[in-house]
Amino acid sequence: MKNLHRKQEGSMNIIIVGCGKIGQNLAEQLDEEGNNITVVDISPEKVQEISTRLDVMGVVGNGATHAIQQEAGIDDADLLIAVTGSDELNLLCCIVARKSGHCHAIARVKQPEYSTEASYLKDELGLAMVINPQYAAAEEIARVLRFPSAMKIDTFAGGRVELVKFRLPVDSPLVGMSVREMAAQLHPDVLICTVERDAEAYIAKGDLVFEGKDVISLIASPKSAADFFTKISYRTRSVKDVIIAGGGKTAHYLCDMLLRDGMAVKIIEKEARVCEELCTLFPDATVIHGNAGDQEILIEEGIERTGAFVALTNMDEENILLSLFAKRVGKGKLVTKINRFDFSDLVDQLDLDSIIYPKNIASDVIVRYIRAMKNTIGSNVETLYNVIKGKVEASEFIVKEGSLITGKPLSELAFKKNVLIASILRGQKVIIPRGQDCILPGDHVVIVSELMGLHDITDVLR
Amino acid sequence: MNYRMITYILGWILLFEAGFLLVPSLTALIYGEQAVKSFLLSIAICVVVSALLIFKKPKNTSLRSRDGFVIVSLSWIVLSLFGAIPFMLTGATTSFVDALFETVSGFTTTGASIFNNVDILPRSILMWRSFTHWVGGMGVLVFIMAFLPLSGGRNMYIMRAESPGPSVSKLVPRVRTTALLLYGIYFALTLLEFVILLCGGMSAFDALNTAFATAGTGGFAPHSDSMNGFSPFLQVVVGVFMLLFSLNFSSYFLVLKGRFKDSFTCEIRTFLVIVAAAVTVITLNIRGMFSTVGEALRHAFFTVSSIISTTGFATVDFNLWPQLSRAILVLLMFIGACAGSTGGGIKVSRIIIYFKTAVRELRTAIHPKQVKKITMDGKPVEQTVVRSSLVFLVCFMLVFVCSVLIVSIDNYDLPTNFTAVAATINNIGPGLNAVGPTYNFAFFSPLSKLVLIFDMLAGRLELLPMLLLFAPTTWKKS
Repeated sequence: MKNLHRKQEGSMNIIIVGCGKIGQNLAEQLDEEGNNITVVDISPEKVQEISTRLDVMGVVGNGATHAIQQEAGIDDADLLIAVTGSDELNLLCCIVARKSGHCHAIARVKQPEYSTEASYLKDELGLAMVINPQYAAAEEIARVLRFPSAMKIDTFAGGRVELVKFRLPVDSPLVGMSVREMAAQLHPDVLICTVERDAEAYIAKGDLVFEGKDVISLIASPKSAADFFTKISYRTRSVKDVIIAGGGKTAHYLCDMLLRDGMAVKIIEKEARVCEELCTLFPDATVIHGNAGDQEILIEEGIERTGAFVALTNMDEENILLSLFAKRVGKGKLVTKINRFDFSDLVDQLDLDSIIYPKNIASDVIVRYIRAMKNTIGSNVETLYNVIKGKVEASEFIVKEGSLITGKPLSELAFKKNVLIASILRGQKVIIPRGQDCILPGDHVVIVSELMGLHDITDVLR
Repeated sequence: MNYRMITYILGWILLFEAGFLLVPSLTALIYGEQAVKSFLLSIAICVVVSALLIFKKPKNTSLRSRDGFVIVSLSWIVLSLFGAIPFMLTGATTSFVDALFETVSGFTTTGASIFNNVDILPRSILMWRSFTHWVGGMGVLVFIMAFLPLSGGRNMYIMRAESPGPSVSKLVPRVRTTALLLYGIYFALTLLEFVILLCGGMSAFDALNTAFATAGTGGFAPHSDSMNGFSPFLQVVVGVFMLLFSLNFSSYFLVLKGRFKDSFTCEIRTFLVIVAAAVTVITLNIRGMFSTVGEALRHAFFTVSSIISTTGFATVDFNLWPQLSRAILVLLMFIGACAGSTGGGIKVSRIIIYFKTAVRELRTAIHPKQVKKITMDGKPVEQTVVRSSLVFLVCFMLVFVCSVLIVSIDNYDLPTNFTAVAATINNIGPGLNAVGPTYNFAFFSPLSKLVLIFDMLAGRLELLPMLLLFAPTTWKKS
């Protein structure tokens, strides 16, 4: 009886403490993947709302107490994720969970003071993971600034394969070309995976013709990706100087990363106290005390000529407006942070280069970790990304000895519809597969498909 | 309003009903009855209509709160309409209203009948009557929604609308697993009762029918004299099982998990105290009517258990009992079973909330600034739950009063009208006087029967879904 609701294949019992933005996002994603979720929050309304919307169980109370954790089923839980607004509470939740159950624990920690001690905390408290949403967001921003052609970059196989998303300019030479013609003319070492057009998503077939403003996802090694963008002469110049609007925590982390990359960083912040703090910490950065919402200041600080403009204020609306302005007056790369807004379709239409959703990034990082955890209990997905949310996924598998997919040329295998073998990593070599290539045991294979929730690479075979 | 999705789900309901109808068909086949043709024809009708509705899966499968309520009430209506077909085809009754009354009474686990003499009915019809109890007891929709591959499991609206009690919570995170656990407990308890009855000397047919009718807390018995013809041992067994089926099912889950202390909730304790008190008073009150105290105790226990669990079996004609006992029984009708059981009535947990709210209100009169939360089992009861419980009582009174008024047009005496409505809206079955345990509901006019049908459905679905069906705002576009 006790085991009746235990694992079906690949399902885990997960407790999420804190039903804020990240908690809700996590519950939604993990629920969709077939895990048994229990959410805990001190507010009955939040618990009520989320347990009506999703197939999860709700417990009202303080998630750091043993009694509430028991009620949420800590004894049978595989994982507890503490994502309340308070770092201390999150850490306490995890400590209690580690002492009372046999489950793994993940804590959200956002204060820079704790964050710098993340690995110490992780080791000493026996946590599986410490996640800092602002830091993760800053990392993602830094990644797109290093490679400004992309709207978004995800990495496979420890960074040796990249999934790059970019928007095709209307005047690009690719417009009007089909995927096959493009391959014949340019011989690029990249694989076009998906094309998004007018809120529709297509898995790229040979006869698909590119149009202006298409959002294209491609898979390649970092070097081939750079070569490809040079060939199609699309904004390959790397960013030298950045203007950051808003001096919050994300800006703090980002500034640190960018300075280390040797970029010139300018931060506009309206609070004098924060400005002083920033300029003490980062003497190399230019800190401007002023309101980023003021056009004159923006023009004076060179928004027209800057290589990149990053809007990181606390107001989503302000960020969007600032980026729209920067787009009108300048040519630089734009990055916009959006915390709360749920109108992602609308924002995507504004054509603002890269949009960063910290809450999604944090939950993505956690979900990715959980997938790796599941690896040990059945499924063997290594990493997994939503290429297009809810429609197309990219998953990385390590091929096992004796798998049905090995040893035959790809052209001889019967794949399901809309499956793309996007890349094969053998040792250090990245292969963009063609029909005559074979998959061998030990290969890392990236598959892009419309099939959700793949557990094994053979799931793509008919 | 997602009409396409609603009809799609109704189609599935009919397909399941066709499956349910296999049970009486099989009975007819075993006993070589003519009725088998009628049942097979009914199945064919269900399958054809269902096929038309589920032929194409709708694109938009999202359900809003109001869709959930409409689906629940329409499902029960459709289930009853099609479930009435066999009664007509076999010629058990010639009036469709009567056939519908009998089916609704079955699915809502009321057990009020329009048949004078059930001993002359085909066995397959008797089996269909009891089986509707068993199906209706736990509710069909949650079961179907949990196993139908049509939505991402966002069916809490439906689960809330169909399950009895002021607040519904899941046992485990997934609706599907929760449903599986609940139906598992339900099935196991039914099986246990069947086996004990069989060992106690009941025939297999009677034992199966009785077990079905007890499990759903229904009350259709395979004989006209209800449980009177069975041995005292069997009566006690049925009496105990009626009580077991009127306890909160999640408590059984907690017992299985080894959390005995948590399983003995405030609601169950109150329920048992009420039962014990009622049995004691009635035993003392009716002692003179029986030769021994033991016999009086047995009948008092059985009757109290039958009424408070809202089953409606009878071992004696309690209509002949002294006024005090009769009054107690009518009160028990309104209290009803525990939330989260198969029983009807207002539910013990709501009664507790009413009592505590009243006490709090009186206290605030004395200490106007006092802040006090209503708690149950050491946990605060949310103000929204208190509010909806109070609104439930108001709606209940409203429906009740209107029903009594309409039924009174037939010009029978007040206890008859009053208890007829009480016995149907609380899903019990027999009332007092002309609707007492030895009589039936056949004599009412079709209008009264329709009102009572509405009461049975409204009572089983806890008013809201049925009332919303008639609210104009439900059908407005936005």
